[in-house]
Amino acid sequence: MSALTPRLVARSGRFPWHPRLPVPLSLVRALTLLLTLVALADTLWHGLDERGTALAFGILITVGELTRWSGAEERESAPLGASAALSYALLGEQAGQPTHHGVFQVVTVVAAAALLGCVPHVARGRGPTVDHLTRRVLTVAFAAVCFQPLYNQGRLLEWGGPAYALLLVALLVLTALCDAVLAAALAHTRTRWPFGPLLWDELRATLGIGSAVCATGAVMSLAVAVVGLWALPVFSLPLLLTQLSFRRYAAVRVTYRQTIASLARATEIAGYTPAGHARRVAALSRAVGRELGLSEPDLTVLEYAALMHDIGQLSLVDPVPAGATSALAADEQRRIALLGGAVVRQTGVDAEVAVVVERQADPYREQPVTARIVRAVNAYEELAREAGPGGTLTALEKLRLATARDYQPEVVESLARVLLRGGLTLPQAG
Amino acid sequence: MGSVPAWARVYVACVVLAALACMAPLPHLHVPWWVVALLAVLYAGCERITLPRGTRGAGAPGRDARDAPKGMGTFLPVLLAGAFLLPPPAAALVALPGALLARVEQRPRWLRRVWRAAQLAVAIWATSRVHWALGGRDAVVAPHFPYALVPAGAGVLTFCLVLTVLDGGILALADRVPVRGAWRGLFARSLAPVAVHGLAGLMMAVLWRSPYGPVAALLVLLPMYVSSWVFAQYHRERAAHQATIRALVQAVDIKDGYTRGHSERVGQASMMIARELGMDDERVEVLRFAGILHDVGKLGVPTRLLRKDGPLTPEERRVIELHPEYGHEMVRGIGFLGEARSAILHHHERLDGSGYPYGLVGAQIPEFARVVAVADAFDAMTSTRSYRRARPVPAALEELERCSGAQFDPGMVLALVRALDRYGWHPAVTADVHPPTPPVSSSPQGGLQDSAGRRAP
Repeated sequence: MSALTPRLVARSGRFPWHPRLPVPLSLVRALTLLLTLVALADTLWHGLDERGTALAFGILITVGELTRWSGAEERESAPLGASAALSYALLGEQAGQPTHHGVFQVVTVVAAAALLGCVPHVARGRGPTVDHLTRRVLTVAFAAVCFQPLYNQGRLLEWGGPAYALLLVALLVLTALCDAVLAAALAHTRTRWPFGPLLWDELRATLGIGSAVCATGAVMSLAVAVVGLWALPVFSLPLLLTQLSFRRYAAVRVTYRQTIASLARATEIAGYTPAGHARRVAALSRAVGRELGLSEPDLTVLEYAALMHDIGQLSLVDPVPAGATSALAADEQRRIALLGGAVVRQTGVDAEVAVVVERQADPYREQPVTARIVRAVNAYEELAREAGPGGTLTALEKLRLATARDYQPEVVESLARVLLRGGLTLPQAG
Repeated sequence: MGSVPAWARVYVACVVLAALACMAPLPHLHVPWWVVALLAVLYAGCERITLPRGTRGAGAPGRDARDAPKGMGTFLPVLLAGAFLLPPPAAALVALPGALLARVEQRPRWLRRVWRAAQLAVAIWATSRVHWALGGRDAVVAPHFPYALVPAGAGVLTFCLVLTVLDGGILALADRVPVRGAWRGLFARSLAPVAVHGLAGLMMAVLWRSPYGPVAALLVLLPMYVSSWVFAQYHRERAAHQATIRALVQAVDIKDGYTRGHSERVGQASMMIARELGMDDERVEVLRFAGILHDVGKLGVPTRLLRKDGPLTPEERRVIELHPEYGHEMVRGIGFLGEARSAILHHHERLDGSGYPYGLVGAQIPEFARVVAVADAFDAMTSTRSYRRARPVPAALEELERCSGAQFDPGMVLALVRALDRYGWHPAVTADVHPPTPPVSSSPQGGLQDSAGRRAP
């Protein structure tokens, strides 16, 4: 503990986002840039094979990137661009005639088209463009390296039709796995959250829109092999439909989250809790949940529950002083928690959220793990605020002393680690 | 089965006979039976897969069922691919097992299943027939692009047309929808989704006949499945969102038992005024939310004050008059509310400038706020409070007209009068179905907001 003390005190109260780029991340970016430059040089030297095909795919990828949406939490924000790029990497024939483009040409076309499509996004300053491009180029290069040399040497010609289709699917599954590992690794180096849950979240996201992207990539390259470039517009439309559905889904999720946050602020405006309390507890709970390795759906439950954990106080005729519920008698705490649960049940969120709110005041052994986190973080927030500057240590000490019954020791330790690292950003105000 | 009119049964029987007639030439045809069987199994499988029910939004199962889209799922491309691949009688056969095995929520179940199967069989038969006549089969096998798009497009149009004609008939006969209205909009609404599914079906058919075979064709279904899955998620999330808005209102009820139902009724009256003023649907919807949420700022007023017996001191009145500002502060972060936020802030302003919080005059007051002010006063006067009995609607309207110009916008009052003339006042109260806590106090209240006498001088 004593070794931690100076840093803890120094960092308490501010939550810096890592200002410097971690070394592995810079390395990956440099590697991608190098690969793109080599590919470009090679393509310029040898010239483009099948210009019409390259142009058609390039246009489709650019359109896909242009229609990319930013700000959504979904993993793949440009499904059309992704599947067009993958299908170009796996393109062997066009209308029955073999193609000759190699790995370098694939990388050049995809990188150039994606860059072009990113211009408006960069101009408006939205979305993590560099990481997006890095992932796109590396994933496509992986698929092309697996497929193009084998195909151009004629090794795949002896495979029958259906077997060839299955081979493409297998390659795409491999590519998706590779992409998930890459994305999880990038996120891990950036945030230092545990790698396992990050990878799990990426794989889960791959099952959703990722599977649609892969299937479309395979179908497009097969369809181009059969009917030529006409297949591109014909099959982009169904995928655009998928993209539209995803976009509407993302939009409604955003407003939903805003409404929940507003509901949570009701207690602050009513003067029951200090300003920003619910938001701080939610952000810190999420970070602790990450540290404990919860998956994304559990983190959402945790966040909503943390936002609404004080809602039961609205039923009190007079506010608890400074909203410090952790100082109340156990019976009173439990009563407020039950009332809160009753309100939360009306909100249409996951019933789990209501359970977390209801069980907040119980001893930790009877609680679900999310409720343990909310309880500990809420108590920490209240104690640290009471104790004033440098309150972090006092608050953690009090939590540690109460680990026999009220707070789970593992949760308290995770909370200490999160605070020590300061690896926490607050959501934007408003 | 008792509730289905006899004519509707006769109609269904006729369509069933037509479907059987479509399939009659089957025994004399040379049909690739394994293709028929594979497509039929696939279609039945797609029909049986109910989309995975997540736990989120489980709080609103009733709304789920109402909002969920009708069955335009993953399965259409299978049917259309069948129409593009097979001779017409065989294509009609593909739809039967799936439609007969499908889950049906409403009674009478078997009549609905039989109806659906016969309807689809006839529609697919017609589609396949048109496709065949335009030489679509050769275009798919060769494949000839872009010519293959022409017969496929004609097929899609036929499919929509036949479904529309048959659907309109059953609407008119079984649901007793007026004959003129039965067909309205059916065709236009179904065309876009069916066209997209038709393209997927065409791709399936082309890949099926290519060297890559059915394996490649099946891959086409995956994006369609993901798309409809996301669509269902979207509907569930939207229902949950609406429930949360209700929860915001119910949170006010916890503090102030008198408002129960008031918010929803104000939302309804605001909506009626907005329709009468000819606003477009999107603004009408936002205005409804403005009406529902107009008092949300009462959450910020101390409960002791809201429930106080007897008259309020000027000090206490000033505290209660802060509620529009609290409300505005609370919903500031909800992006989609847009104009509704200004209505929440300004619904107590008066045209002559004597209102609060800012004392705006005339046209300075946002349009939405002027609408909500009228709706709010109207409902306050026509609903029963424990300290006062409800006034009849004509008396309330008279009072509103008397104060229009000074307190209320005459245009809005007029719109309300006209809307009530046309549709009457039938407030539907849904807010107090499951109150989260029992009403806390029933003592008479000298409250400000609820007293019509104070509202309407």
